[in-house]
Parts: sequence; C-alpha cells; structure tokens
Amino acid sequence: MALPREARRPFSTSVAPLRRRTLADREDWLGRLMLAPALVYVVALVGVPFALALALAFSSARSGSLEFSWVGLRNFWTILPDPQFHRALWNTLRFTLVSQALVIVLAVTAAHVLSAAFVGRRLVRFLLLLPWAAPVALAAIGWTWIFDSTFSVINWTMLWLGLTKRWLYWFGEPQLATAAIIIVHVWRMFPFATVITLAGMSAIPQEISEAAVIDGAGFWRRFFQVNLPLLLPIITVAVLFGVVFTSTDLSVVYLLTRGGPYNSTHVLSSLAFQRGIFGGDLGQGAAVALFLLPVLVVVAILMLRTARRAEVGA
Amino acid sequence: MRPRWRAHPVLCLRAERVSAMETGFVEIRNLHKHFGEVRAVDGVDLSIKEGELLVLLGPSGCGKTTLMRMIAGLEVPTAGQILIGGEEVDEDVPPRARGVAMVFQSYALYPHKTAYDNIAFPLQAAGMAPAAIRGRVQGAAKRFSIGHLLGRRPRQLSGGERQRVALSRAVVRDPKVFLFDEPLSNLDAQLRAIARYELKELQRELGTTTVYVTHDQVEAMGLGDRIAVMNQGKVRQVGTPQHVYDHPADTFVATFLGSPPMNLLEQDAHTILGFRPESFVPRQDIPAGTDAAVFQFKVRQVEYLGADRLIYGAVDTPHRAGQTVIADLPVTITTPVAEGRAYEFAVPRRALRHFDAATGLARDRGAA
Repeated sequence: MALPREARRPFSTSVAPLRRRTLADREDWLGRLMLAPALVYVVALVGVPFALALALAFSSARSGSLEFSWVGLRNFWTILPDPQFHRALWNTLRFTLVSQALVIVLAVTAAHVLSAAFVGRRLVRFLLLLPWAAPVALAAIGWTWIFDSTFSVINWTMLWLGLTKRWLYWFGEPQLATAAIIIVHVWRMFPFATVITLAGMSAIPQEISEAAVIDGAGFWRRFFQVNLPLLLPIITVAVLFGVVFTSTDLSVVYLLTRGGPYNSTHVLSSLAFQRGIFGGDLGQGAAVALFLLPVLVVVAILMLRTARRAEVGA
Repeated sequence: MRPRWRAHPVLCLRAERVSAMETGFVEIRNLHKHFGEVRAVDGVDLSIKEGELLVLLGPSGCGKTTLMRMIAGLEVPTAGQILIGGEEVDEDVPPRARGVAMVFQSYALYPHKTAYDNIAFPLQAAGMAPAAIRGRVQGAAKRFSIGHLLGRRPRQLSGGERQRVALSRAVVRDPKVFLFDEPLSNLDAQLRAIARYELKELQRELGTTTVYVTHDQVEAMGLGDRIAVMNQGKVRQVGTPQHVYDHPADTFVATFLGSPPMNLLEQDAHTILGFRPESFVPRQDIPAGTDAAVFQFKVRQVEYLGADRLIYGAVDTPHRAGQTVIADLPVTITTPVAEGRAYEFAVPRRALRHFDAATGLARDRGAA
C-alpha cells in the first residue's frame, strides 16, 4: 500500500498542508450550513406567524392589549352563523373557481398560439409574463384607474363600440365589482399558467402529435383527444397553484374594493384583515383566516402528488 | 400523338418518362428539401412499384427519414414532386388525405389511451361507425395476437407488444402506402429477427406498397424487394438486395453494405479494385481452372466467430504496398491460417469489381 519513497518525496512538502479536510470536503456539514438560511427564513417568517395564528384563533386576544386567554372554539362559533362570513366564504370559492376556469381556457389557448413559430414570438412571450412580474400594488393602482367611476377606459370603449348604453360604476355595484375582481385575478394568474402549459406542451413527444396528424385527426380532435389529455397533469398543477394563490389573496380585493360595495366582495382574507386588524379582534380574525386551512392542505397534497406523477408519467 | 413522339428524338425520351410514371405507385421526382444551407434531400428520383417493399437505407443524416416525412406530408418539399397512385400530393394535400399510415421508431402510441383506443383512433378520425370500428380493431388485434391486451395502456405493454399495437394502428385503416421509420430498432436483437420475419410476411399478405427506412443493412437486405441506398441527400443506387450487394454502383455502396465491408484496393492511379471478404480465399480452395486473381496475403490477426473466420491482413499492389484487406472464411474452408505468416489468397475474376479512383463510380455497371 505504501508508495516507494522516491515517488512520494517530490509531493510531500506541498501536499502536507492540504491533507486536512476542509469544510468544503465535509458534505454533511456543508449541506446543513447551506440549508440553514432557508430554514431560518421559513421558521421565522412562515412557521412562527402560523403558530401564532393558530394560538390566536383559540384565544380572546385583542390588539392594543397584552391580555391573552384561551376561549376554545368560541371564535369559530361566533363566525359560523355570521352572514358576512358566509358571504366571504362564498366569494372566496366563487372568485377562485371562476377565475381559474377562465385561466385554464386562456392559458391553453395562449400556449398553443405561442408554441407556433411567428415573428416577434419572443417579444410576445416577454409581454405576456409582465403581469406576473408586476408588483401587486402597482398593478392594482393601474386597475383602479381602468375601473374608475369617472375615467374608466373600459366604459369609453364599450360605449364607443355600442356594447353598453349606460355608464358602469364598476366598484359601485356588487355584480360589477365581482366581475372586476375576477378579471384582475385572471390577469394575474394567466401568465404563470401559460408558461407552465407551454412547458408541458414541449414535453409531449413530437412524434405523438405527428402520429395523430397522419392518423387523420383534424385540429379539434388532436386538441381534445391527444394534446389536452396529455397536458392534463401539468394543467392540474397550474390550476392547483392558482387555487392556492387566489383563494388566499388579500391584495386584489383589498386594493380594488376594500370589500365593498356594502361588504359584498369580501373574501376570507380581507374579512380576517378587517375583523382582526381594523376591528382589533385578533382571535376572530385568525379564526376567519384559518377557516380555509383544511381545504388548502388537501389542495396542497393533491398538488404535490400530481406534480410527482407529471414528472414520472408519459 | 404517340407515334409522332416516338419519331422525334427528344419527345421519344418524354414518352418513356410517361410510361415510367404509369408503373410507379409512389413517384418521387427531383425532390429537394433544404434546411438553410443543409441539403437534407438533394434531388431524389424514385419510383416505387405497387405492392413492393422498398427500403431506404443509409447512414444517419443521409436524408432517408426526411424523404419519408415528405411522402407522409409532415415536411413540405423545397422543390420537386411526389405522386401517390398517380395523383400529385403537394402541400395542399394534408397527411390525412394521402392515405398513408406510418409506424414511428418510438411507435408514438397515445400514452393515455388503451391499446384498443390507439388502434381505433384513425378509424374514429375517419368517422367510421362504432360497431364497424369494433370489428376492424378486433380483426387487426387478432392478426397480431394482441387481442388480450386491448384494455391496457402503452405503459403496461412490453416493447414487442407496443410495436404490435403500432402495427395494428397502421394496418387497421387499410392505407394505400405504409411508411415504416426504423420500427424495429427499439427491439432487442432476438425479437428483432422474429419481428422482421413477421413484418415481411404481413407486407406480402396485404400487398400494400411500403417504404421502409433503416440504417441497418441486415434489415434492408432481409426485408427489401428493392433497396435504395442513400448518402448525403442523394440516392446512390436502387436495386434488388442481391444486385446492390453484388454490383455496387460506387465505393460508398460497396462499403456501406456487407459486414465486413467490401475490400477496396488501389490497383493503379485510375482504378480501385473491389472484392467481398467472402470471395477472398486461400488459392487451393478455389476450384482448379477458375480464372482468379492471386495476392500475397500477410496475415496479421485471425478471429474465430464460430460459423466463420475473419482474417485481417495486408496485400501489396504495384501501386501501393500494405493495403488492409479482410477475408471471411466459412467454416467449410478448413485450410489452416496462422497469424504473422503470408499465404497465397485468390479472388475469382467474376467476383472482382472495378471503380474509378477519381469518382468512385463502378466501371462495370454493364453487368446489371
């Protein structure tokens, strides 16, 4: 096992200081060290607030007071019969489902358009991604102007095209406010879903599409019987992401309508904010906010399982 | 009109072309496909007879797959014409209107559909009634003995079973032309030999005009009624397997077909001499009185392969010394051959081929 001495000698002086293991050689410790910041981040900014919210939901804590006492399920018994809570729960489901349905249709259509080769495709792809990258606050200000009661460009355009005869007060009527919120949600999630769908489309082997062409299937048959079923796992991932994003979103409702008119567009998160922060009843706010947690846990598990199957499958 | 063409030297030529068109079921005329600077298919003329199995053989990148894809309608030619059954198919004739069925190298089965639905898909696309579809699919499945697998998805099938589903899907629509793109290359060696036999049997039984693309010369020789050897976008030679093997049109065909390939010797400045390794035998094993060319063969290495011996060595010609040559001796020739020694080997003169050193083209094509 020992090398002949002559062979070892020329290296012995230069190699000796390097013989010690450095941190970079110790993968077990290096790994832990590099994971640590992420772990700290998750624990401090997600874990602690989450635990706090859980604790608050079962307490009578109020803002402006350090008093803290357990009240069991009382907060939940208070909100359950509350019609405003029902309205918020219904709105959350409604906004989420309607916007995600629209997102699927738009994203699959856009992905098909963008997968075709045409001049300026990269520019269009870039523009498409912008809404997703734009800060919510900035985007919401833009949308507030678009839906403004005096200056709405949508109203101008529709009047000019003869699509409506009266002036629409977007944030003044519950139905219109609902439509406005759904439009903004669609606008926000649609680029992300399109990009995911595009990625899914590029994963379909070209030979399968060509086989369908040769087998004589026209565009719609290819779309509904070959492409769409093959895209389904990845679309599911996009939709589940969208469901989590949209159903937990506070910013769109808060920045556009603040839950109005007449509290008709509150969602769970904005209601929680109103009750907990403005109303000062932290316990009740936390209870409202946590209400969707079991549903979202199921969605998250489904999402992870589908994502794994999409990787392995095809 | 016709007699007047015949009388005219130029029109006479045209009359011949017209009759050639009538014989070919698939006609390819001066077909080009360029991808930017690359000429994938560079002026191909080919006439495929009704009911024949024509193999497009060539190394990867020779343009054989592109040529097939143009017949299928998956690629639009840069120039040239394709006729199927006497009708021109240009870019206005989409694949579904061409009556072609294709089997892909990967089989391209629809992963989310059962074997049954895979096979039924072209019939559904054609708008056939479900009852009629059922009968056709079951008929096709029975032919390939996959009737018990119809409920499974491709993922649950073995490679050989997938290949049969792909074949069923091609056969079920009763197409005018079959296009096969290396359908056996994903099978293991044993299965491939069986599948080759079955494929040929199927094609003979159905009598459907077939174009078969492969880079495997054994497959090409075994399957093809005729072989078209391609290289760099051009067809170098078309003929029966035996003709292409025995009378290669140029040095490319000579070395691409055959394993080991044909030996090429620089005889003089203008001529390359070619002979097959199996024609190169010890002098004493050639029947007396055969007119043969004799070489001094310096043996370097001997490989025993069971059924035959491969002997690597060198011969000298007046033009150049030490040219590498391989002899392939069947087990019936028992003459001892030892490494490091020289022997008198000979080639019967009828087995010798002559190629032009400058162009690589065969000199004695007249033998065809």
